[in-house]
Amino acid sequence: MSSIPLSAYLVTALLLFCMGLYGALTKRNAVIVLISIELMLNAVNVNLVAFAKYGVGASIRGQVFSLFTITVAAAEAAVGLAILIALYRNRATVNVDEMNTLKK
Amino acid sequence: MNGELIVFVILFLITITGALLMLNLSKVVHMVMALVLTFLGIAGLYVMLAAEFVAVVQILIYSGAITIIMLFGIMLTKHTGEEKKTGFVKKGIVLSGITAFFLIMFFAVKDLSLGGQATTLHENNTEQIGIMLFTEYVIPFELVSVVLLVALVGAVILAKKEETKKEGEQS
Repeated sequence: MSSIPLSAYLVTALLLFCMGLYGALTKRNAVIVLISIELMLNAVNVNLVAFAKYGVGASIRGQVFSLFTITVAAAEAAVGLAILIALYRNRATVNVDEMNTLKK
Repeated sequence: MNGELIVFVILFLITITGALLMLNLSKVVHMVMALVLTFLGIAGLYVMLAAEFVAVVQILIYSGAITIIMLFGIMLTKHTGEEKKTGFVKKGIVLSGITAFFLIMFFAVKDLSLGGQATTLHENNTEQIGIMLFTEYVIPFELVSVVLLVALVGAVILAKKEETKKEGEQS
């Protein structure tokens, strides 16, 4: 039996999520925005795995779900980066403030 | 103060330090490297939560693949390599909003305890996950493979150089 309470893991994940959110909203470089989103997804994974051990009816399902999340996050990173490179080729910038073609 | 608590505190500090460094460093490459620290710390937390297979996957996918892909992204796009600063007002608004969110969620989860604790997760962890994947979650598993294939093809098509247009063809 483990002596670490569930809330310790949840607070860790909450801190990670908040820092990822802050990075995604304030950073200007699109690569860093993408990687901040990965951090947020990671925080969600920590929650899933924590509930797989401590939740109601705890079972292996949480871990299986976190594997699915990791897969989708990897696909998202690949497609996001491909879009970023295509955009860089057209606009020669990775600054998210300059990606405002739809605003004009 | 038992050993488990010490290990948890160390992993917690590694994780949070990596994320804080990511937010505060100025060079983009250093930010990605700082995030590797976070990913490794999270993998350690997974081991503590009896999720060995997820921990290994975390190291492979995040510390390995996604970090490398992001480094390639930086390499292929960078022109200054330095992060420009965001305006003070915007930062303040975002920070206050996130602090409010943090406080609400913190008071919601700080005493949360759902009672039960799974005790058999660490026994043949990978085998349990495999059995679950190929019995109950076989359809989502196959769908995920389709998602990966579509993402792969989509990424290649998006990132490849556009061919020179034929005469008279609109862009």
